Amino acid sequence: MVQEQIKTTAAEQAAVSARMRQAQEKLRKETQISSGRKVKGGVVNGLMIASFVIVIGLLAVIIGYICYRGLPKITWQLLSTQPSHLKRTVGILPNILNTIYIILITLMIVLPLGVGTAIYLTEYATNAKLVRIIEFTTETLSGIPSIIYGLAGLLIFVQALHCGTSILAGALTLVIMTLPTIIRSTQESLKTVPDSYREGSLALGSGKWHMIRTVVLPSSIDGIVTGCILAIGRIVGESAALLFTAGMANNIMNFGQAFLPNNAGSTLTVALYMYAMEQGDFDTAFAIAAILLILTFIINFAAKQVARKLRKNTAAD
Amino acid sequence: MSTLSAAKTKKANSPVELFMHGLLTVFGLTSIAFVIFITAFLVVSGIPAIGKIGFTNFLFGTVWKSTAADPKFGILPFILTSIYGMAGALLIAIPVGLLCAIYLSKMAGHVLAEVIRSAVELLAGIPSVVYGLVGMIIIVPWVAKSFGLASGATLLAAIIVLSIMVLPSIISMSETALNAVPKEYEEASLALGATWTETVFKVSVPAAKSGIAAAIVQGVGRAIGEAMAVMMVSGNVANMPGLLKSVRFLTTAVASEMSYASGLQRQALYSIALVLFIFIMVIMFVLNSAIKKKKD
Repeated sequence: MVQEQIKTTAAEQAAVSARMRQAQEKLRKETQISSGRKVKGGVVNGLMIASFVIVIGLLAVIIGYICYRGLPKITWQLLSTQPSHLKRTVGILPNILNTIYIILITLMIVLPLGVGTAIYLTEYATNAKLVRIIEFTTETLSGIPSIIYGLAGLLIFVQALHCGTSILAGALTLVIMTLPTIIRSTQESLKTVPDSYREGSLALGSGKWHMIRTVVLPSSIDGIVTGCILAIGRIVGESAALLFTAGMANNIMNFGQAFLPNNAGSTLTVALYMYAMEQGDFDTAFAIAAILLILTFIINFAAKQVARKLRKNTAAD
Repeated sequence: MSTLSAAKTKKANSPVELFMHGLLTVFGLTSIAFVIFITAFLVVSGIPAIGKIGFTNFLFGTVWKSTAADPKFGILPFILTSIYGMAGALLIAIPVGLLCAIYLSKMAGHVLAEVIRSAVELLAGIPSVVYGLVGMIIIVPWVAKSFGLASGATLLAAIIVLSIMVLPSIISMSETALNAVPKEYEEASLALGATWTETVFKVSVPAAKSGIAAAIVQGVGRAIGEAMAVMMVSGNVANMPGLLKSVRFLTTAVASEMSYASGLQRQALYSIALVLFIFIMVIMFVLNSAIKKKKD
């Protein structure tokens, strides 16, 4: 009798421990990451690392190759002369000057226009519908490809307004192209100016424009500078919009002449295109490419520095 | 009190204030004027040639011989090339760019990510002619060698160059979107037992969906609108598109003949620009409104 009892408890114990083991097993299976999930994760991780490596490889090849081919070809003579058929030498001084002229003329026009539009949108405009329309049009402008700008510039400035193929026509075309950039970055920094500044100024009796000029604009100067740097970046890199508006000439001119109609001149990018496609002079083309790479690097660095300062200022507020 | 309010009204209504208000209003309206001017000039210059050539002949004609004695102006090859080129470039750039953005945002170490980020920004800022030059010297000969062609200036070379040019904007915009995903989402997913990879793909990416979509839209815009780089590597012959054929895009069709065209040929180039303009506006409008709808 006693022995039977002991037997049954032993059997029960065995059954219980078996059940426990089963439950443990089940729990382990449920919580363990199945091998299928592991494989999937591994494959995806592998793909991710592969595409990362591809991108790094691309970066290294492009930047390395341009430096390798271009840097040794940058000589003082190249930088300081204009091309001469007589001496059979190549120089890109005219292109450097033209690029600078186009940047200056474009900024001279687009800066008041873009900053003014941004001020109007954030400070003056009361009609929500009009604001929406203006914002829609600036968005549209930023979506138009540069070749269309080139053609529109050809039709409007070169032909209809009789500027001829000239630096001036090119700069005017780029004004339209860079306008959205300036508007957007100015608007963003105007929005970070606290309303209390405005209220304080108005309460002291200043008029609206006086308030904007003395209070709002000085505190949003960083955003305007960022916009300028981004615009310069676009102008330096632009070629399709300038090919038919600013032309392909390689003559040295002074800043005053750049304002005259029919004074054509090619920028660095257009010159690169002409040297590579029309003349097959790849040494000069790569030298220009290396210069453009360096300029892009400087512009990016400057934009980042200003943006960092902007962030710090807003954080301080 | 009365002097103060008088001073205020005097200042608020001073001629300078009124003048600046008016001037800034005019400035605000210029961007509307620019869009109207560009559209008007493109339409007015583009319509006549379409009228002369015939709408269907122009859009669906398969032969472009603008300088022949009996000129033919069919731009279907250009339209198809532009579509194929864009699709091919995005087919490469979206997966690579997205995966790279995920790696940068979620896996890479801080210092490495920062270095790569600035390098990607540099890549985004490099002028398109520089890409064209590198493509001409590296990719075109490589295509010629790998496929045994006389010239490697083909649609394939253009697709490769375009995909490289689209990559930076896809990477940096999707990375920004991924970085903005709240940490709590990912932590909750991990706490529920999902692996890190599952969390990233089933939680972070869907949460960053609209930003990634915007990145792709920008990529589409850049791929269709690019002219110079493509012109330097695509061979510029008006063939119906084929991966290993020399082709001409809508953008390059405008650019390549503009310098010497006259008469009907020149007008036809304006018409191509009009088609390209409408094409891009429609695509951007459809994609942008699709994104906005999803956001709502």
